[in-house]
Amino acid sequence: MTTGSLTVPRRTRFRLPRRQVPVLATLALLLVMYGIGVSQYTAFSNVQVIFNVFIDNGFLLVVAVGMTFVILTGGIDLSVGSVVAMTAMVSADLLQKGLPAALVLVIALLIGPTLGLLMGCAIHFFDIQPFIVTLAGMFFARGMCTFISGSSIPITDGFWTRMSQERIGDPRGNFVSISVLIAFAVVLVAAYVLAYTRLGRNVYAIGGNPQSALLMGLPLGRTRIAVYTISGLCSAIGGILLSFYTLSGAPLIAVGMELDVIAAVVIGGTVLTGGSGYVFGTVLGVLVLGVIQTLITFDGSLNSWWTKIVIGGLLFAFILLQRLIGIRYK
Amino acid sequence: MNDTMGRYRTMIGHRLFWPIAVLVVMLAANTIYRPGFLSIELKDGHLYGSPIDILRLSAPLILVALGMTLVISTGGIDLSVGSVCAISGAMACMYISKQPDQNSLTVVLTALAMALGVALVLGVWNGVLVAVIGIQPIIATLILMVAGRGLAQLITQGQIITINSGPFRGIGLGHLLTLPLAIFIALAAALLVAAFTRRTALGMIIESVGGNAEASRLAGIRSGRVIFLAYVVSAVCAAIAGFMMTANVSSADGNAVGLWVELDAILAVVIGGTSLAGGRFFLSGTILGALIIQTLTTTVYAMNISPQTSLLFKAVVVIAVCLIQAPAFRAKFSRRRRSAPPPRPVADKPKEQVPA
Amino acid sequence: MTDSRPVLTMTGISKSFPGVRALHDVNFRLFPGEVHALMGENGAGKSTLIKVLTGVYDTDEGAITLHGEPVSFTGPMQATAAGVSTVYQEVNLCTNLSVAENIFIGREPRLLGAVRWGEVRRRARALLARLDLDLDVSAPLGSYSLAIQQMVAIARAIDIQARVLILDEPTSSLDAGEVAQLFRIMRQLRDEGIAILFVTHFLDQVYEIADRITVLRNGGLVGEYPTAELPQLSLVEKMIGKELDVLEGIEEHSRRDLAELEEGTPLVAVSNLGRAGAVAPFSLTIHAGEVVGLAGLLGSGRTEVARLFFGADRADGGQVAIDGTSSSLRTPAQAIDQGVGFCSENRRAEGIVPELSVRENIILAMQAARGWLRPIPRRRQDELVDKYVKALNIRPADPEVPVRNLSGGNQQKVLLARWLITEPRLLILDEPTRGIDIGAKTEIQRLVTQLSDGGMAVLFISAELEEVLRLSHKVAVMRDRQMVAQLANDEGLDAERIMQTIASGSHREEVDR
Repeated sequence: MTTGSLTVPRRTRFRLPRRQVPVLATLALLLVMYGIGVSQYTAFSNVQVIFNVFIDNGFLLVVAVGMTFVILTGGIDLSVGSVVAMTAMVSADLLQKGLPAALVLVIALLIGPTLGLLMGCAIHFFDIQPFIVTLAGMFFARGMCTFISGSSIPITDGFWTRMSQERIGDPRGNFVSISVLIAFAVVLVAAYVLAYTRLGRNVYAIGGNPQSALLMGLPLGRTRIAVYTISGLCSAIGGILLSFYTLSGAPLIAVGMELDVIAAVVIGGTVLTGGSGYVFGTVLGVLVLGVIQTLITFDGSLNSWWTKIVIGGLLFAFILLQRLIGIRYK
Repeated sequence: MNDTMGRYRTMIGHRLFWPIAVLVVMLAANTIYRPGFLSIELKDGHLYGSPIDILRLSAPLILVALGMTLVISTGGIDLSVGSVCAISGAMACMYISKQPDQNSLTVVLTALAMALGVALVLGVWNGVLVAVIGIQPIIATLILMVAGRGLAQLITQGQIITINSGPFRGIGLGHLLTLPLAIFIALAAALLVAAFTRRTALGMIIESVGGNAEASRLAGIRSGRVIFLAYVVSAVCAAIAGFMMTANVSSADGNAVGLWVELDAILAVVIGGTSLAGGRFFLSGTILGALIIQTLTTTVYAMNISPQTSLLFKAVVVIAVCLIQAPAFRAKFSRRRRSAPPPRPVADKPKEQVPA
Repeated sequence: MTDSRPVLTMTGISKSFPGVRALHDVNFRLFPGEVHALMGENGAGKSTLIKVLTGVYDTDEGAITLHGEPVSFTGPMQATAAGVSTVYQEVNLCTNLSVAENIFIGREPRLLGAVRWGEVRRRARALLARLDLDLDVSAPLGSYSLAIQQMVAIARAIDIQARVLILDEPTSSLDAGEVAQLFRIMRQLRDEGIAILFVTHFLDQVYEIADRITVLRNGGLVGEYPTAELPQLSLVEKMIGKELDVLEGIEEHSRRDLAELEEGTPLVAVSNLGRAGAVAPFSLTIHAGEVVGLAGLLGSGRTEVARLFFGADRADGGQVAIDGTSSSLRTPAQAIDQGVGFCSENRRAEGIVPELSVRENIILAMQAARGWLRPIPRRRQDELVDKYVKALNIRPADPEVPVRNLSGGNQQKVLLARWLITEPRLLILDEPTRGIDIGAKTEIQRLVTQLSDGGMAVLFISAELEEVLRLSHKVAVMRDRQMVAQLANDEGLDAERIMQTIASGSHREEVDR
């Protein structure tokens, strides 16, 4: 190998690639959990169980993809849960007022990215911490929800009900909803953007070392603003999917969802300080959360609060793992 | 010497000027909207009125924000306070509900001691993650923020635990010297934290660690211990706030107690003039910040707007405060004003003594 | 080898900042196919010159030409595009990205907006092969050593058809083997006709690689010399300058005899204390009442020695004895407990806490030693602070002013006061007089003399040999991260001899022990 005039010492040649360790750990965890499920409950081996995990968590997946962009730059977006709720509320409200479905879709999909753009600008131009800016965004969006209506608004629109009830499946009766397909499309687009476009590569570079990125001539500000806009867009799509799923807009829906989303991203192997992680990992992270919920549902004796405790425990384990293998750029 | 004291006072006054102004404006707006807003009346030996309500309701937030002030001053943040509120409240209520005599003072005191013990452990957990293992504060406390809600529900078994204990209810609704007991508890905590930090050297050491960690280390400060302590104090403050929140309604709901209080607390600290980057902290400012937030909530409520909508106003306040604090934003303004006030008292001082 | 026409010229460059004249009428030229060392002590104007060249700063006066054409860059990006690339001391790449990506990010070959990874890797391999480097281009950069990262940075720099390559202290964190690799690549690039501007503090490296040397001092040009015609001693003299005639009116105190001072058990004796990548193991003793000067050029390891003495960095090995009993200095807190104080050269980052008041900054170390539960009573604080504000003439004399509002010299005095009130037995002063006005400087020098007369041991670091000579009983000389000599400060020792020692690294006439 090293016949050149120079031997280059490198630590990782014969070891597991360090950056993939968290993702592989998540994959292993997922397989183990699935194995436990299958061995304990016969019904668990039904393919529809997996499909249901996707159906129940499609909107979460989309939002988590947006969060992955933000966290990869080393930022954080606390507003996602509220933006999801706001999008659903706005859609429900406008539909109730009789606007055509297509127009409602466009409006609903514009609100999230606009808020994200504004937050990104505040973060970049005024140098305020993302935590605080997106906290304000969270307050704002949640406040808008109740401003629109204090109670839940049902959706009866034909397009929405069709999207909600359409089943795409195989002859044996297993099916997924359209939302799942949309979520997968978002995942694929995001994975492509991160891996193959300059925007995506700049996201990684900025997360790795913002000063270096600036010195290398990369557009720091534009990229930062872009990721919050992308996160806003993903939250908006997530909100639409949620409104397909519940066929309503409720002011207090998706409260605390930002925590689930951040947890899914971290469990999926993305490092919270930025610069390392994959959309694929985020998919796994969302699946882990989904399978935990399913397992706890299957096991009648365990209660729903175990979900949170287990998620917290996993979060701890993965953060510790990231520290141990020394992924700490900056 | 008098001159320097005067200057010191004006500086303090300046720091609290905006928070006080905001509070006064809000109170004035309320009074205009509802002329009886500021009136206080004595009924059954207790004082009643909107100002008293605001004070009473802001007590838990003041408590949480006091601990948060110390944590933020070290350059950290504690997201887990809401969960700690829920756990300690649940712990206390659970214990009391299992006892035959819920009105016994010893039962209540035992419950409080147990819950405080648990809070201490949680504070130690956060402290170890941040100060010993060296995980970023925002991430380290996120763990407990997520898992803590589950733990609280685990304690209550997902139920809303209702208790019927006079002494416990007293923490939230009792009265002392015609005023709600909660006000005294918050005041006592504030005085205690103030004494704890300002009568000892702790406050200065915390500010030093938050202001320049490396310089502090080279001055011989064992910053790990200080940071650790801040998280423990924060958890204990949150626990007491948790007692109040549960005592107010005589029940513990693992999901609802202390929901979003971490955000309100951070907001109160920032409004009070303590920088999120760490360094100088202002307990009086934090208390004012908490009062502003509670007044805002009460105002919105009084104006018959849904309480959730108050979040809209909060968003505006957060952004306004942060913009005022942001150096990038300030620079634009101070550039225009820079010429007038001399930021160099050094050169001016000798000149003062020379008669013109 | 050297083309007759320079690729780059800078003529009559002047640059001032408010209150400082950073560059004054400096000329500089760079020929294709040469390695040109830019030398100078701290504040000589090296980095300002580079920043003017790359467009970070505007020039006040003077002209720059590239390939004979006048140019004026608006920033590093534009300079890079024109073929003037810079590689900084700190590797400015993203360690989380792959080697190939670090070379090409921002200008990846694309097809319809999609990065062509295969092409990126192929080109990266080709480029690295040109530098004779065999790396896995898809491995993350962080998995390679700093030296390799530095070379990848060079690869990135030269891919943009660089004709001029500026290497700003690239070797400061490399070990000998890594430096050799870097030099091999530098020679190769030089042979390809690239002009290399090389900034370093290591004399040996200059003589190993540089064809010519330009020396700056205090913002002015000292001269440009072919390396072969400039002996090391002359270089050191030119860098430091012979300001032997500036003896200000400090009364020459009757210098106690070194042998007499060094009788009995030393206050602190370290042996084989060292830290990889910072300073080679050294041994040194300091007695009560003794001033030990540390002389050496910038980057020679002066500060690193001081930091080991204070436990600011942890030593890899070696022994420490205090008062003759075995001890350790592993953390600053531990060192302070043993009676050691340390004024860092980096006031801003490692000294002051800017938000706190003068009073709080002064009592900080004393308070830390007492623990937070035992606050220093306010009256005692005021007494101590007043005393030192007066004694050191700190302006403004208001102890409640935030320390960030003070001038550099006054901040330095605040730091001195911080340590003096702890009544240390050994005080380490790292460049205490740098960047402060002459009056404050004299005051601080006088203070050092007084302290040592009072029995305090002082480890005194300064870039100014005069100052070191005037104050020290013994001078330890640093060169290229090694303590090369310890000289008794008797009649025979003068700046000339210290410079010789720095230049040659000889161990002649070493003090026993």
